Amino acid sequence: MQLQLENVCKKVGKDFHIRDVNLTLEAGTLNILLGPTLSGKTSLMRLMAGLDQPTSGRVLVNGEDVTGVPVQKRNVAMVYQQFINYPNLTVYENIASPLRIAKTPKDVIAKKVQEMADLLKLGPMLKRSPQELSGGQQQRTALARALVKGAGLVLLDEPLANLDYKLREELREEFPRIFAATGSIFVYATTEPSEALLLGGNTAPLHEGTVTQFGETIKVFRRPQNLITAQIFSDPPLNVLPVTKLNNTMLFKSHVEVPLVGKLPELPDADYTIAFQPNNLSIIRKADSDISVKAKVAVTEITGSESYIHVDVAGLRWVVLAHGIHNIDIDATIEVFLDPSTFYVFDKNHNLVVTPASVSEA
Amino acid sequence: MANITLKEIAHSYTGESENPDDFALKRLDLTWRDGGAYALLGPSGCGKTTLLNIISGLLIPTRGQILFNDQDVTRLSTEQRNIAQIFQFPVIYDTMTVFENLAFPLKNRGRSKKEIEPRVIALAQMLGLENSLHTKAQHLTADLKQKISLGRGLIRQSVNAILFDEPLTVIDPQMKWELRSQLKHLHKKFGFTMIYVTHDQTEALTFADEVVVMYEGKIVQVGTPEELFEKPAHTFVGYFIGSPGMNIVPCELQGRTALVKGQSIDLGTSYASPTSKNVKLGVRPEHLSLNPPGEEGLPVRIVKVDDIGRHKIVKVALDDAIFNVIMPEVAAMTGDMGSLVMSSDHVNIYVDENRVTGGTL
Amino acid sequence: MIQKQVNQKAWFMVLPVFLIVAFSAVIPLMTVVNYSVQDTFGNNVFSWYGLGWFEEIIHSPRFHDAFLRQLLFSGIILAIEIPLGICIALAMPKKGWGVPVCLVTMALPLLIPWNVVGTIWQIFGRVDIGLLGHTLAQMGINYNYVQDPLAAWLTVIVMDVWHWTSLVVLLCYAGLCSIPDAYYQAAKIDGATRLAVFRYIQLPKMQRVLLIAVLLRFMDSFMIYTEPFVITGGGPGNSTTFLSIDLVKMAIGQFDLGPAAAMSLIYFLVILLLSWVFYTVMSNVGEESKGGH
Repeated sequence: MQLQLENVCKKVGKDFHIRDVNLTLEAGTLNILLGPTLSGKTSLMRLMAGLDQPTSGRVLVNGEDVTGVPVQKRNVAMVYQQFINYPNLTVYENIASPLRIAKTPKDVIAKKVQEMADLLKLGPMLKRSPQELSGGQQQRTALARALVKGAGLVLLDEPLANLDYKLREELREEFPRIFAATGSIFVYATTEPSEALLLGGNTAPLHEGTVTQFGETIKVFRRPQNLITAQIFSDPPLNVLPVTKLNNTMLFKSHVEVPLVGKLPELPDADYTIAFQPNNLSIIRKADSDISVKAKVAVTEITGSESYIHVDVAGLRWVVLAHGIHNIDIDATIEVFLDPSTFYVFDKNHNLVVTPASVSEA
Repeated sequence: MANITLKEIAHSYTGESENPDDFALKRLDLTWRDGGAYALLGPSGCGKTTLLNIISGLLIPTRGQILFNDQDVTRLSTEQRNIAQIFQFPVIYDTMTVFENLAFPLKNRGRSKKEIEPRVIALAQMLGLENSLHTKAQHLTADLKQKISLGRGLIRQSVNAILFDEPLTVIDPQMKWELRSQLKHLHKKFGFTMIYVTHDQTEALTFADEVVVMYEGKIVQVGTPEELFEKPAHTFVGYFIGSPGMNIVPCELQGRTALVKGQSIDLGTSYASPTSKNVKLGVRPEHLSLNPPGEEGLPVRIVKVDDIGRHKIVKVALDDAIFNVIMPEVAAMTGDMGSLVMSSDHVNIYVDENRVTGGTL
Repeated sequence: MIQKQVNQKAWFMVLPVFLIVAFSAVIPLMTVVNYSVQDTFGNNVFSWYGLGWFEEIIHSPRFHDAFLRQLLFSGIILAIEIPLGICIALAMPKKGWGVPVCLVTMALPLLIPWNVVGTIWQIFGRVDIGLLGHTLAQMGINYNYVQDPLAAWLTVIVMDVWHWTSLVVLLCYAGLCSIPDAYYQAAKIDGATRLAVFRYIQLPKMQRVLLIAVLLRFMDSFMIYTEPFVITGGGPGNSTTFLSIDLVKMAIGQFDLGPAAAMSLIYFLVILLLSWVFYTVMSNVGEESKGGH
């Protein structure tokens, strides 16, 4: 099946929850809605499912207008952040429930439930009740129930948000395999850029109800067309440097001077925003062309194998992503290094004008 | 303020028992220095909340003692222990203003208005609450509410320790690092002993000078973030810390070499032959690299390449042993062969899941 | 097209409810309105009387007395049952075997039919055979609810408290149980006294259920009929003739359909108005504590 949204808007009171969304999702694809809380991920999913009707615009399935059709009549399944299972049914009965509602013959149910249980590694748990399972297994059960009816459209609304991070890692790893086994359209909402990158597929970053770009996940990440896409797609926050180009100099106030290398000399004099990923800001000099800037350390977050050093540069908040563990004292002043070849440059309308050299080659 | 000592603490929810399986907390000994920042890290069900409740006085341990300095407080109530606690969900007094909330602990202790006011104002400034002092606390966002509950602990300058029970659970991801940074500043400024319970490695490692990792009711390692990363004392620590965790594969030991799936790996130092058959080799994905096939290294098949932006995670297979490799850039594709290189300084050997060093055993 | 069909079906679904409401509420109410503006001399002959009955009722001293009596009764009931209910709820155990025991004990009076409650107390209070009445008489206390208005009032009030405090208790208990343990723990750590815990944690968290309790108890006590009717029949004299008893006397005893209909409409509007006042005031107090503006 193919799902198409045409100029879809959803207005509640005077506020647009969704504004002019155009998307075409093909069968067998994984599509990620990426954005912070309240960016419209859930609203958009509800429109796709038919739980809500758009204020204007059309929803098409295989080219046919289904805008007014209620959710019961569509071939849709949904998985939520909370693990929603029938508490008084066994795992087997939970997975079988959508088939029973559809009056599927008994032997077919048994076969399909077994297939799902194998795919989601629930085989040994089939006779237990959901309360006896770990959070990860409960969410697997909910997912199996969604997948078993073979719905053409499966919506997953932050399905991993309530799990411990190790369980999250495990399930995230399995998802692409599970998705590939079914051939439905998957729509997956998440707030975490790293999750989007790990899952692959296509990504639609969302900002205040608008889709800012749509395409293959890694391409959207590497070539964000506008600043907001780049910001949504960066965790920790993207480092931003507002500069003014005038008479062959590029300056941020009087603090940072950016040498005009690569494509920078070709830009007309104007205000620009330079952005670069935290892993391209370093506490060690890697090349002679690196720009050195003095910064004050706000906090160092350590994830186990990497350190996120939050620094303050003349009122700008930057993050350095450093490999290994660096315990730098808070309030210490350190030198950080910027590599101009990794700069994304956005014009004053926040549209991309310069892509880093490494990305343009690729 | 006080040193906190746990002496042979063990706890079973069903009471004293001969069966070690009944104990949610197996026997543990631990000392926390006055003014330190500590974290209790572990997955759900590892006993960390039980331990926290024992420290705060909600639970009396089945066995053992807990000492503040040299005073036995095992049977003292929470109030008598003079500690503060910040909970998972912000606990605030809804009907009071921010000011009244912060002043509440002092008011209850009969302090004069003259003494309370400047202290509350100074603290509110430190916490960034000075602009909302006279609004009702109920209307604030979760992060500000959590600051209020923290403030109620900090306002009493005499507390022995401040306990945190997963305090950032309900905070927006974007706000978390700001609160972490503020917490570190406050710790530096006040010098209270702080104990932070969490299942999130980033939170524990960011906050603490020393992290206590718990697993199945036992303490498996106490160490600095560096130690937990470089030299995990238990395979669980290796797996739990780091994303992805440590690669842990079964091996055989022969003096200076480890045999993994018939391939030998030089260990740099020699190990005594182990008493158990359960021997494993652990190495971090960050300490592995991949060479083109034919070059020096273990012959591996590439199972999967994940590009997560800042680096790539390559999953390789040596026979049926799987390794994750983290590389900044990699040309190889799924299905290719490659040579896996590991440096002997970063290889850890585990016998019965516990780390052993060369020359011992 | 599709949307239209769905709408049509929805109308059919609503129809039964519409009919039920019409027959059970709207039509009887309209009948009452109809009676209240007409006069009759029997034989089903009615004549238009306008708002005459309403004027008569509003100016009648009999109505004034019953109304004041009713207000006093509801006031006393609320003043006793709400604080008493809160106190009992606070004293009830939060866990262990005591919980089901207390809950069942509390629920028992609520399960007894109104007229049975009336009968129980009617007998209980009798000076000749009632345990209470006889004991008091033996102790030399002059207690006789058939003759003494004060004794009659006391009996009716004690009976209502006995019958209905449980409802307040159960509601408050539910409110108290929903307070997470962390609040009590934090209060202990902050060194709060028992009174402060009540004032700053328990009372604010019980506000919603208290609103419901006050509304229910007010409406019920304002409409009380069966129990005082069974015990005192509105006497001695008119001392326990509350509004509803007065209404029944008028409608069925004297068969004054017009004035009775007018009175019941006034009665209904008064209850509606007072409930609305209670609701607004109490939820404003709630908003106040939430809003702080």
